[in-house]
Amino acid sequence: MAQATQDTAIRTGRITRTLIYLVLLLFSLFYLLPLYVMLANSLKPLEEITGGGMMNLPQVFTVEPWIKAWSSAQIGVEPTGLRPYFWNSIKMVVPAVIVSTVLGALNGYVLTKWRFKYDTILFGLMLFACFIPFQIVLIPMARMLGLMGLAGTTWGLALVHVVYGIGFTTLYFRNYYAVFPTELIRAAQIDGAGFFQIFWRILLPSSGPIAVVSIIWQFTNIWNDFLFGASFADANSQPMTVALNNLVQSSTGVKEYNVHFAGAILAALPTLLVYIVAGRYFVRGLMAGSVKG
Amino acid sequence: MGFLDIDNATKSYGSVEVLHKVDISVEEGEFLVLVGPSGCGKSTLLNMIAGLEEITSGEVRIKDKVMNGVHPSNRNIAMVFQSYALYPNMTVGQNITFGLEMHGVPKADRDKAMIEVARLLQIEQLLDRKPGQLSGGQRQRVAMGRALVREPDVFLFDEPLSNLDAKLRVDMRTEIKKLHQNLGTTIVYVTHDQIEAMTLSSRIAVMNGGYVQQLGTPQDIYDTPANIFVATFMGSPAMNVLPARVEVLNGRPHAEVVLHDGSTAHLPFSQDNLATWAGRDILLGVRPETITDMDGADRKSSNIANMTNRIVVTEPAGSDTFVSMQLGGRDVIARMRSDAEVAAGQDFNFAVNMEKAVAFDPESEMRIVP
Ligand SMILES: Nc1ncnc2c1ncn2[C@@H]1O[C@H](COP(=O)(O)OP(=O)(O)OP(=O)(O)O)[C@@H](O)[C@H]1O
Ligand SMILES: [Mg+2]
Repeated sequence: MAQATQDTAIRTGRITRTLIYLVLLLFSLFYLLPLYVMLANSLKPLEEITGGGMMNLPQVFTVEPWIKAWSSAQIGVEPTGLRPYFWNSIKMVVPAVIVSTVLGALNGYVLTKWRFKYDTILFGLMLFACFIPFQIVLIPMARMLGLMGLAGTTWGLALVHVVYGIGFTTLYFRNYYAVFPTELIRAAQIDGAGFFQIFWRILLPSSGPIAVVSIIWQFTNIWNDFLFGASFADANSQPMTVALNNLVQSSTGVKEYNVHFAGAILAALPTLLVYIVAGRYFVRGLMAGSVKG
Repeated sequence: MGFLDIDNATKSYGSVEVLHKVDISVEEGEFLVLVGPSGCGKSTLLNMIAGLEEITSGEVRIKDKVMNGVHPSNRNIAMVFQSYALYPNMTVGQNITFGLEMHGVPKADRDKAMIEVARLLQIEQLLDRKPGQLSGGQRQRVAMGRALVREPDVFLFDEPLSNLDAKLRVDMRTEIKKLHQNLGTTIVYVTHDQIEAMTLSSRIAVMNGGYVQQLGTPQDIYDTPANIFVATFMGSPAMNVLPARVEVLNGRPHAEVVLHDGSTAHLPFSQDNLATWAGRDILLGVRPETITDMDGADRKSSNIANMTNRIVVTEPAGSDTFVSMQLGGRDVIARMRSDAEVAAGQDFNFAVNMEKAVAFDPESEMRIVP
């Protein structure tokens, strides 16, 4: 009897499982198709694309479009390729991610372990910052950057992203530290550790998962940002996303689709890489705050 | 002036006062236990001594130095927390020496102190492990090591044993007592376990609702509880408290109590001054172990009274047998030797050691005698 029911259980399981996998397969095909198109077309000569057959695999395999997109394609008026803008993006993203994450951690620390009057109101205001649409801050921000002498610079852009990101990073760290045992802080106080010693020696070493979440979140958002880059950067400080747009817009004469595809992949590569390297920790970190406690 | 003085200390959160004018003076080498039900303010008081909570009004002094506003690390105290609060990212050794490091003690001296403490607590083989790799009892030891290594004036313990299983709790209790006897340190210890309080302390402060209900030696608290709360909180099973009336017979005050069938028994008090309560109602407090069979009665007592009452239930518990009956309209528990011959439904001749009986004012619930 038990044997029989087990059999049917497996059989129905097999059917539903096959169905589920079929659906999943369809979905992943749907999502992977654009990537396939981009990858395939970035590796063939232009004639193969213009001759029709976007969906075909390359007949003549070439990395020429990649090299061109990286180092010699026409961006705006300069034939520099995406390379200088890639470095612009790096110079903007790295400090902005580090600074916003560290500030978020400090804010979370203070908001949970050094409570003061009106701290919840302050936190509410910071949360509110997460929901302010980009467009609203454009003009005031431009004015502020001008006043600070940072208009049109990579540093200015990094500053904008730090300010905009603090709301999110504070939210992450606050929620993470809210379930961090306060007794540990008290023990450290009795042991004679000061404000920053507690932060560096006790809190930060236990913040790995949430730091990864914050870093991935900030990295992808800042790297992918277009609006701030287009609004606040000048020709020399444009980030990768803006340059990619210029590459696609400004081609003289023929549209070099293969180069565009290669450029687009180049622009997306760093965020992909960050996900592949740290993605596991991302999910784990997102869970940690909510489940632990 | 004691070694540690808590002088009229009050604590308010906003408009809510959670501790009301607490006045306790602790002598050097004393083991003071703060005991009381959940939420009575034990931890708050301990945290005020530690400097982790501000004192709303009043003073805390250690060695006659006022501690109000002094940072926790400068009070020369050490604390053991309920959750142990071991730093998860540091090894046991680093946990123990962190406080010394923060106080600028050189590495060589730190290590020496660490080895000494580890030897005392028998945790030498654990020094390189992380707290996550330790059992509850081992964590407990490390937490004590971290406190001991500082050689503080006062040790503060906040329910240090409540996360351990029953057997380990008893073992660690003995160990803490030994440690105190060997080192002679001053300890303030919070628990809501009254047995822990009785066994460990040299004095107990019983707290309820933010008030210290009674401060005294374990014997004081047990034999002469200040009020009904203390009487019923300390002791297990709890002291029986039942309505009775004071009647003077042959010039001696008696407690007139109602038996199961509505008839009355008269139990003579040892205190003559209760005569002023003649004809008035009181609450009579008798501990379960003072109600026995005739053979089990305390031979040293000068005042054993008799009463015959019906047994409702018997509960053998190994070394003792608990017997319940109806007395004064309440369920009253007697604690007998296990070989006492008792059976439910039986009319039994009880011996009540009235020398140990306590009388309470039913209005104020305060003790009248002894
Ligand atoms: N931050 C706070 N704000 C307001 N009230 C508080 C705060 N902390 C504690 N209390 C109140 O103070 C009272 C005493 O709390 P405390 O933690 O000292 O109790 P306790 O005796 O240690 O109890 P337990 O045995 O459960 O640990 C409680 O009624 C509690 O609700
Ligand atoms: Mg407590």
